[in-house]
Amino acid sequence: MPHRLLKFGFNKEHPEPRMFHAPAQLKDEYDVVIIGGGGHGLGAAYYLARDYGITNVAVIEKGYIGGGGTGRNTAIVRSNYLTNEGARFYQASIELFQDLSREFDLNLFYSERGHFTLAHSPASLRTQRWRAEVNKHLGIDSEVIGPSEVKRLVPEIDLQCGGHLSPIHGALYHPPGAVARHDAVAWGYARGADRAGVEIHQQTEVTDIEIRDHAVIGVHTDKGFIKTGKVLSAVAGWTTAITPMVGLRTPLTVHPLQAVVSEPLKPWLDKIVVSASLHLYVSQSARGELVAGASLDPYELISMRSTLDFTEGVSSHLVDLFPMLGDIKIMRQWAGLCDMTPDFSPIMGTTPIDGFYIDAGWGTWGFKATPISAKTMAATLAEDKDHELIEPFNLSRFSRWQLVGEKGAASVGH
Amino acid sequence: MKIIHCPINGPRPLQEFHFGGQVREMPVGSQVSDAEWADYVFNRSGEPGIQREWWYHTASGTWFIAERDCQSDEFIRTYLYGGRESDA
Ligand SMILES: Cc1cc2nc3c(=O)[nH]c(=O)nc-3n(C[C@H](O)[C@H](O)[C@H](O)COP(=O)(O)OP(=O)(O)OC[C@H]3O[C@@H](n4cnc5c(N)ncnc54)[C@H](O)[C@@H]3O)c2cc1C
Repeated sequence: MPHRLLKFGFNKEHPEPRMFHAPAQLKDEYDVVIIGGGGHGLGAAYYLARDYGITNVAVIEKGYIGGGGTGRNTAIVRSNYLTNEGARFYQASIELFQDLSREFDLNLFYSERGHFTLAHSPASLRTQRWRAEVNKHLGIDSEVIGPSEVKRLVPEIDLQCGGHLSPIHGALYHPPGAVARHDAVAWGYARGADRAGVEIHQQTEVTDIEIRDHAVIGVHTDKGFIKTGKVLSAVAGWTTAITPMVGLRTPLTVHPLQAVVSEPLKPWLDKIVVSASLHLYVSQSARGELVAGASLDPYELISMRSTLDFTEGVSSHLVDLFPMLGDIKIMRQWAGLCDMTPDFSPIMGTTPIDGFYIDAGWGTWGFKATPISAKTMAATLAEDKDHELIEPFNLSRFSRWQLVGEKGAASVGH
Repeated sequence: MKIIHCPINGPRPLQEFHFGGQVREMPVGSQVSDAEWADYVFNRSGEPGIQREWWYHTASGTWFIAERDCQSDEFIRTYLYGGRESDA
């Protein structure tokens, strides 16, 4: 390292810039306590302050901010969902994302790539047509394209998939599909919330929630008790450890989702390519690495371990689609926790317990929803009433048998 | 490679098995309210800890029950429904 740079580094005049303060200790009481310092929790704190002037808020994070799903996802943002309720919601999120770098004055590397969902059978092409029609009806840019158009836009692709699977019949093409720098989303919201007076307490774990007469009166943490009348649980893959604290039953089960990153390559893939039949999705990061993922691990597990099975599967499918990748190396692999719902839609909003709000059921699809869920949950907390966009996602939909079936658009995790 | 003890076939690799979900008692449909029925259909325990699960050994077509810690992924016992037991 050049001597000058070293000197600069040690010079007290240029302290390392911090994104937010580390508050000394917890106060006795807050207006709102948010459990979970992922994008959703930090974002909700940000919008509570920005839109409602509610700033006596603590975000409680047991590890470090963005250390959960927020920093582990493959960062795909899209709105080509299957239901009216879903597509509308995710489209509102994309619209917020497009303006977020400017709002934060922080580069989120939000990069629109175009998103392909490949169809390997007439049946899957039918689902893509259905999605395209729902999308167009809502003004979302989505269309079905044929195999020659797929080949024109992604020339490296092998339409025959090495003969290991039925050939590519076409694809749902969604031009606004994007990737973003996921941890910067957490930092941007954290900095904004911190500047408005919100406290972010890392290394602090919520261990219990105190309820009296069906209403929240406080939370216990490993650093003491805090009085509060409003708690937002925004812990995604950890939700099934929180809901028993308030006696709430949910359909959530937790599965790991894994991902891999290859060695960096020269830029060659500017699109996001997804194949449900191959259990594969892949994009190339700004650093040149291929980021690839697959479907959920096949059984329930609340653990972030990685497996060789997964790497073998994802690698062989990558080569089926892009034979030229036979020689490249996998650099890293990891896993995150996914809180799965039976209809592949989130669970959001008010609950039967006064002052307990839930933002969960983010499964494999919650990164793209970060801005809109943060904004609508802030509104729901401030007004104690489900925001109009999230009404269909209330936990009570299961007892009303009004599911929002998104499996056709969300079964390959991204 | 992860090994699971099938009560019929003994230790076999995980790849030969299929997860069948949590073991739950089905209420008699005609004797419960709509809300109780919805609770049975949709809700799960999902909590960290030991749970009773259905597993299927695909190669031999055997359904059996496993008690497994769903955080450490440790199989504690496996046994046939109402029948023979094997130590995991
Ligand atoms: C491999 C992988 C790929 C994915 N790809 C995509 C994708 O391409 N696109 C997409 O939209 N989504 C994707 N997802 C899903 C997405 O990552 C999640 O849905 C999203 O990040 C959830 O964000 P969150 O803020 O709700 O929760 P998280 O970011 O998980 O934050 C929850 C936080 O709560 C904290 N916490 C938990 N319990 C407690 C407690 N008791 N006290 C205090 N703090 C606690 C945790 O430490 C954690 O930091 C993917 C997920 C994985 C694992």
